[in-house]
Amino acid sequence: MSSRKVAEALGIELVEVEDWSCCGSTPAHTVDHLLYGALAARNLAIAEKMGLATVVTPCPSCLVAFKSALEMVQDDGKRKELNELLDLPFQGEIQSKSLLQIIYEEVGVEAVAQRAKRPLEGMRLAPYYGCILTRPPKRAQFDDPENPITMDRILEALGAEVPEFPFKTECCGAAFGLPKRELVLTLSAKILEMAQEIGADALVVACPLCQQNLDLRQGQITSREGVSVDLPVLYITQLVGLALGFSPREVGLDKHAVSPNRLLKKWEEKLKE
Amino acid sequence: MRIGVFVCHCGTNIDGTVDSHQVAEEAKKFPHVVYATDYLYTCSEPGQQEIQQAVGEHDLDGVVVAACSPRMHENTFRRTIERAGLNRYMFEMANIREHCSWIGEDREANTHKAIELVRMAVAKVANHVHLHPSYFEVNKRVLVIGAGVAGMQAALDCADGGLDVVLVEKKSSIGGRMAQLDKTFPTVDCSICILGPKMVDVGQHEKIKLCTYSEIEDISGYVGNYTVNIRRKATYVDWGKCTGCGLCMEKCPSKKAYDYHNEGIADTTAINISFPQAIPKKATIDPEYCRQFTKGKCGVCAKVCPLGAIDYEMEDEIVAEEVGAIIVATGYGLLNMEELGEYGAGRYPDVITGIQYERFLNASGPTQGHVVRPSDGEEPKRVVFISCAGSRDASLDRPYCSNFCCMYIAKQAILTRDHIPDSEVYVFYMDTRSPSKGYEEFIRRAQEEYGVQYVRGRVSRIYPKGKRMVVRGADTLLGTQVEVETDLVVLATAATCAPEAEELAEKLRISYDEYGFYMESHPKLRPVETNTSGVFLAGACQGPKDIPAAVGQGSAAASKVLSLFSKDQLESDPQIAQVMELRCVGCLKCADTCPFQAIEEKELPDGRVVGHVIETVCQGCGLCTSICPSGAIQLQQCTDNQLIAEVEALCQAWRERSSG
Ligand SMILES: Cc1cc2nc3c(=O)[nH]c(=O)nc-3n(C[C@H](O)[C@H](O)[C@H](O)COP(=O)(O)OP(=O)(O)OC[C@H]3O[C@@H](n4cnc5c(N)ncnc54)[C@H](O)[C@@H]3O)c2cc1C
Ligand code: SF4
Ligand code: SF4
Repeated sequence: MSSRKVAEALGIELVEVEDWSCCGSTPAHTVDHLLYGALAARNLAIAEKMGLATVVTPCPSCLVAFKSALEMVQDDGKRKELNELLDLPFQGEIQSKSLLQIIYEEVGVEAVAQRAKRPLEGMRLAPYYGCILTRPPKRAQFDDPENPITMDRILEALGAEVPEFPFKTECCGAAFGLPKRELVLTLSAKILEMAQEIGADALVVACPLCQQNLDLRQGQITSREGVSVDLPVLYITQLVGLALGFSPREVGLDKHAVSPNRLLKKWEEKLKE
Repeated sequence: MRIGVFVCHCGTNIDGTVDSHQVAEEAKKFPHVVYATDYLYTCSEPGQQEIQQAVGEHDLDGVVVAACSPRMHENTFRRTIERAGLNRYMFEMANIREHCSWIGEDREANTHKAIELVRMAVAKVANHVHLHPSYFEVNKRVLVIGAGVAGMQAALDCADGGLDVVLVEKKSSIGGRMAQLDKTFPTVDCSICILGPKMVDVGQHEKIKLCTYSEIEDISGYVGNYTVNIRRKATYVDWGKCTGCGLCMEKCPSKKAYDYHNEGIADTTAINISFPQAIPKKATIDPEYCRQFTKGKCGVCAKVCPLGAIDYEMEDEIVAEEVGAIIVATGYGLLNMEELGEYGAGRYPDVITGIQYERFLNASGPTQGHVVRPSDGEEPKRVVFISCAGSRDASLDRPYCSNFCCMYIAKQAILTRDHIPDSEVYVFYMDTRSPSKGYEEFIRRAQEEYGVQYVRGRVSRIYPKGKRMVVRGADTLLGTQVEVETDLVVLATAATCAPEAEELAEKLRISYDEYGFYMESHPKLRPVETNTSGVFLAGACQGPKDIPAAVGQGSAAASKVLSLFSKDQLESDPQIAQVMELRCVGCLKCADTCPFQAIEEKELPDGRVVGHVIETVCQGCGLCTSICPSGAIQLQQCTDNQLIAEVEALCQAWRERSSG
């Protein structure tokens, strides 16, 4: 929701890939690498046929899948195997980027800031990039693998206060939600606790799965991990959207498990000042 | 021409995949070849004697040895045939080892290739002419660049051997890194106590001319006769007058200047003497912080200096020096913590580097040797050391080991326990590297006598928790994750090349590896020589190394210079470019191409302008010969005609084979 709105407002034209399918993500990756590559490649091949230059995704997991497929296709042997599974031949000439990367590199921090109608003043935000957006560095080719700063810069430019957050690239465990829930709770608890410790009003993420996981599991964490967490978890474009002038509803802030109302109130008050 | 061919087996190195005997038999059929044989080790004494004998018995006037790379033994065999009475340039080596036996496994194909290589070498020798080296005078002065412990040792040894030395150092004082250290492993003796007297010796030696706060501007010339322009950077203090009394430092109002000697753990004044034992003990103004420069007014030091030494108008000065040899001893740098994101990228005050820790430990450091946490000045009760911070890390493109950190971590761990007896010390390590004498015992002492806890595993993250830091890593021996809460973290940051090492290498025309460390001429047999004659290496500029190794190289480089200068005249290699003036059209394209500026313009008596090769400068690289439009410039013993003869021999053989 917020991604579409923000993209439009920033002049990024998004075209939906026709008849797109699942990228394969973690489930396919754990079962069969070739299948994993093929599932991602199918979408990329369609996009190539549609004459698109870049496939953008808001999800780092899809991104990794796309980038893996793009790596596989460089290898002649693997390209053949892939194409045997596909209806459309996949050339590997397209590129894939996260929406964050497009905003940061192609629109630019300054241009985003210039369009801000309602700066994020009064918000203290902890930027959380997750474990796979910037790593492994050779594949990700984006930002610093251990100390990324792109969201920091965007949020700062939009007027928010961005304190030093030590767990920017820790894993929240989301993918282990089914097989090992205990582990997920421990990992997620650490991240949320740290964000609260540094006095953040909200955690800002760049991954929908992290968002869901960290938002939905706070009740479980509080009852099982012996720490009390109560922190809104927002996707980066929701905040950019707010700054660009969209209403909280328009960027989907009414759909969170942990309500961001306190944050919004603080912000409104600051804006009035 | 009567040519002899000697084919080497090199044990099984060659004969394992090349039929050396058959190569010799085939060679007998080549034009000009009157004798050919094979031998187990041609370079051995009997092998060389056989060549000498054959020259006499068969009245040879040219010799081909088919063996290893000419880089190995060309000179050996040149001397052999010279002893047998031949001109030493009537010789050619066919490389049938590195270029043949070592790279293919098919014996038949290899043998065939070896035969062709020998065929070409024979064709070339048949076109060889006698060459004679010329001789030139040597300027017996030596330039040493970098006055760390390696450069100081080299300078002292050269000076004690009677040579005049010019010692150029970038910083205002000599001493290098060792002057920053507290104690040194494995004896834990005080660094400045052993270095200080050496520094005084250097400062007072009548044969050593010190140029500190200076850098190399440019270098021209060649072995025996280099001209070096040295930039003496403006210190804004007349060192002829300054007595190092330090009054200016007391009064300078700008007290927040970056303190390089203390690695930024304290501030210094804009005018400062970098440390109490500095040699020369002279003040320098840092214009980045001096109010006279930043604000345009102040002048306090000029007022207080009893000798009127302050000169705000001072400018850099270029001084030319003539020397015959150069020793490079520019040491190493250290990786910036900002590159280590997982360790906080320099954001946490209580995560510091090993060299900063040395300054905390050091009794003449800013805390008088009391170890404190930078964040709040409290004494740490727990200290965690992390080895290989940026070393041995392919993800940072730095796969090499920094050599001395395992040892200095053990030293610093022991010192920590000494300074703070109720402290706990942890070391995260991949494996400890302690191969020199007494080193392994030293690490054992840290573990057993001092109770330092060694945890084998890498650290994945450091993060703050309240006033302390948490170090999270793996314990690969227990197979678990560990988290250690601590007051202070010390990173053994990787040793890098010295700042601007590449630029200096370009000026010196020496090679460097992908990390900026200078390349020795042979990793085993010529460890302090470079491929530019007259330029030698010492110390950590060639690769990270500890003090004993750096000092050893300093002496080794000095002895190389002393033996080079034991002759009054040097021989120049006659295998250089030569201009055939009749053919030269005077376009001087060769002069533009030559990377060594070895070609000058020359006017003939008839007014025609031609290129002229300066014999002593030309390195024989041959670049010019490929650019010359009229083929007028030719590399001796590698002329167009000789190359054509080689190709012709190859084609002839091919024609014979395909017709027969
Ligand atoms: C924290 C730490 C602790 C250590 N502890 C020990 C120990 O206990 N025992 C031990 O044996 N080793 C120890 N070492 C290693 C030791 O520092 C080196 O072995 C030693 O300094 C190498 O000496 P060097 O002369 O080769 O280089 P350096 O000491 O680096 O000296 C090089 C000199 O060249 C100068 N220079 C650089 N570039 C130029 C240029 N372009 N022009 C002019 N001058 C230039 C520099 O300013 C410097 O003065 C330690 C290292 C570290 C980082
Ligand atoms: S010396 Fe030890 S700590 Fe330093 S890089 Fe080598 S192995 Fe790592
Ligand atoms: S052979 Fe090389 S060094 Fe000699 S003159 Fe030609 S280009 Fe210069």
